[in-house]
Amino acid sequence: MTELALSMTDVSYAWPGRGGFAISCPTFEIGHAESVLLLGESGSGKSTLLSLVCGIVAAQSGSVVVDGTDLGAMRAGRRDRFRADRIGVIFQQFNLLPYARVADNILLPLRFAPARKARANDPLNEAARLCRALGLPDGVLSQPSGSLSVGQQQRVAVARALIGSPPLIVADEPTSALDAATQDSFLSLLFDQTNRAKSSLLMVSHDERLGERFDRVINLQDIVTTHRGTA
Amino acid sequence: MILRLAIGSLRARALTVGMTVLAIALSVALFLGVEKTRTGARASFADTISGTDLIVGARSGSVQLLLYSVFRIGNATNNVTWQSYQDIADRPEVDWIVPISLGDSHRQFRVMGTTPAFFEHYKYRGGRSLSISNSHGLQDLYDAVIGADVAETLGYAVGDPIVVSHGLASFTAHDDQPFRVAGIIAKTGTPVDRTVIVSLEAIEAIHVDWQSGAQIPGQSTPVDVIRNMDLKPTAITAALVGVESRLQIFGLQRWINEYPEEPLLAILPGVALSELWQIVGIAETALLGVSAMVVVTALLGMMAMIFSSLNERRREMAIWRAMGARPTTILGLLVCEAMLMAAIGAILGFALLYVGLMLAQPWVDAAFGIWLPIEAPTAREFWVMACVVGAAAIASLVPAIKAYRLSLADGMMVKI
Repeated sequence: MTELALSMTDVSYAWPGRGGFAISCPTFEIGHAESVLLLGESGSGKSTLLSLVCGIVAAQSGSVVVDGTDLGAMRAGRRDRFRADRIGVIFQQFNLLPYARVADNILLPLRFAPARKARANDPLNEAARLCRALGLPDGVLSQPSGSLSVGQQQRVAVARALIGSPPLIVADEPTSALDAATQDSFLSLLFDQTNRAKSSLLMVSHDERLGERFDRVINLQDIVTTHRGTA
Repeated sequence: MILRLAIGSLRARALTVGMTVLAIALSVALFLGVEKTRTGARASFADTISGTDLIVGARSGSVQLLLYSVFRIGNATNNVTWQSYQDIADRPEVDWIVPISLGDSHRQFRVMGTTPAFFEHYKYRGGRSLSISNSHGLQDLYDAVIGADVAETLGYAVGDPIVVSHGLASFTAHDDQPFRVAGIIAKTGTPVDRTVIVSLEAIEAIHVDWQSGAQIPGQSTPVDVIRNMDLKPTAITAALVGVESRLQIFGLQRWINEYPEEPLLAILPGVALSELWQIVGIAETALLGVSAMVVVTALLGMMAMIFSSLNERRREMAIWRAMGARPTTILGLLVCEAMLMAAIGAILGFALLYVGLMLAQPWVDAAFGIWLPIEAPTAREFWVMACVVGAAAIASLVPAIKAYRLSLADGMMVKI
């Protein structure tokens, strides 16, 4: 089991409320230090899938196992803590708390995960190292996040996802807000640092051209079926 | 770290947060100001008379007697005969007794006839005596000692002539017998400031040609004749009494109240004052209630502000959640922000109160004779502040629970 970063089996979930959106996922696995690109349009259930992977919502049936731990066996509070400890998350855009300094943004997940904080060793130094490695300018740590460009913000988000080397990085279309030139260098930096941290990478995108960099490319429709209406 | 981020979040929304904080600050300042004025008024009233054990007047209500004899508010329904006054003065328990005769006025100020003993025995603000400038009190029959406000308002100096009017707000003046300002009493913050004090004999003198409240037509006794008359008064309005021993107060009070020759009333100033507070208390409570409602309104405004910000902050909440924050952390964050706003508002309100007090203090004193002390915050005021912060926490729970629900429903993927 432990060689898998993520393993989903017979998972189904329906959002509460009338006409709730529901998905089911018979099986989906990501190996240790593997990089997987999930191709899917919006509305194909990727947000729900990512919420399940991150343990924000709990599967109503089946099991979601992240880094050897079954999320379904945990209570909501422990899942939140587990997410902070084991999963780095990068959004499409608006990743950062704009009013907080870059350093606070990067260290935020460590606030909720003491074990990850311990893994990061000297968190502030580690944050500075990541920022340097991601090509961010010196002194960026003390700047307010809102003052950075979108490209810089996305790189700060990578630094935040990678600090403390969580076993799984989840990225939700992290390049869609970037232009073609920055996309490429961004992905290179992301892969370099993910490999260095020996983390697995799960990225969702609708852009097939990104595929060549990944170990595996999967169409979302192949692993997930969606339903709408009376669940 | 969360506190620092909460502060950062508030600073990022400086304008709306600032307006909310200002509303809370103003409401807290208003509430504390009402409270200060209330206690200040009470203290001022309580400070007006001290050292007097009993006030004696014609039988009426104890509050009424207190109001007209000490505060110059309202009028006596009846007088006390000089004979009764003498009888009381002759009692062995009486240490000193000062007669007071009211009823005439000078411009908007009341004229009080009394004896020099008044200056000796009248005490205010915990035993302070009156201090009169440039004078040895009432020496001549037509000498008048005036309060500080009288001198200031009318621009009088020692030596100026003044004419006393008959009755209050009347057009008949005792202009045949002008007085001379013999002294000005230093500011006391009591009704004495707004009083013209003359001798008891002078009150008799200006009424020589009067009968039943009207001047006898065509009769005008020359001043030098009056000076040689026996000006023993026939009646006074009230008397202030000091007893030899405090143990004798109630005995003397009972004796005066049961005085067979005339219906009299003796009151303890402190007891009458607390009766007065019982009456005023209803209005005070209403005023406090209204200002408390203003605080509540400001807090409701804050609640609305948090509510309206929730939608634009859903993204922020999703980030918190993705980073591992529990929904309760988000709830706590919002409550923490509300408490911060309320705390800053309350502290600012305090500052506003003190600035307001510094500006208003001389004016309130001049206009109402109420001295608002500027002093360190009392425990009660700290308690008020704590209540405001606590109420803010409770009020913010409503939007915070909404945010809690939203963050559960949104998951971490908010569509923008």
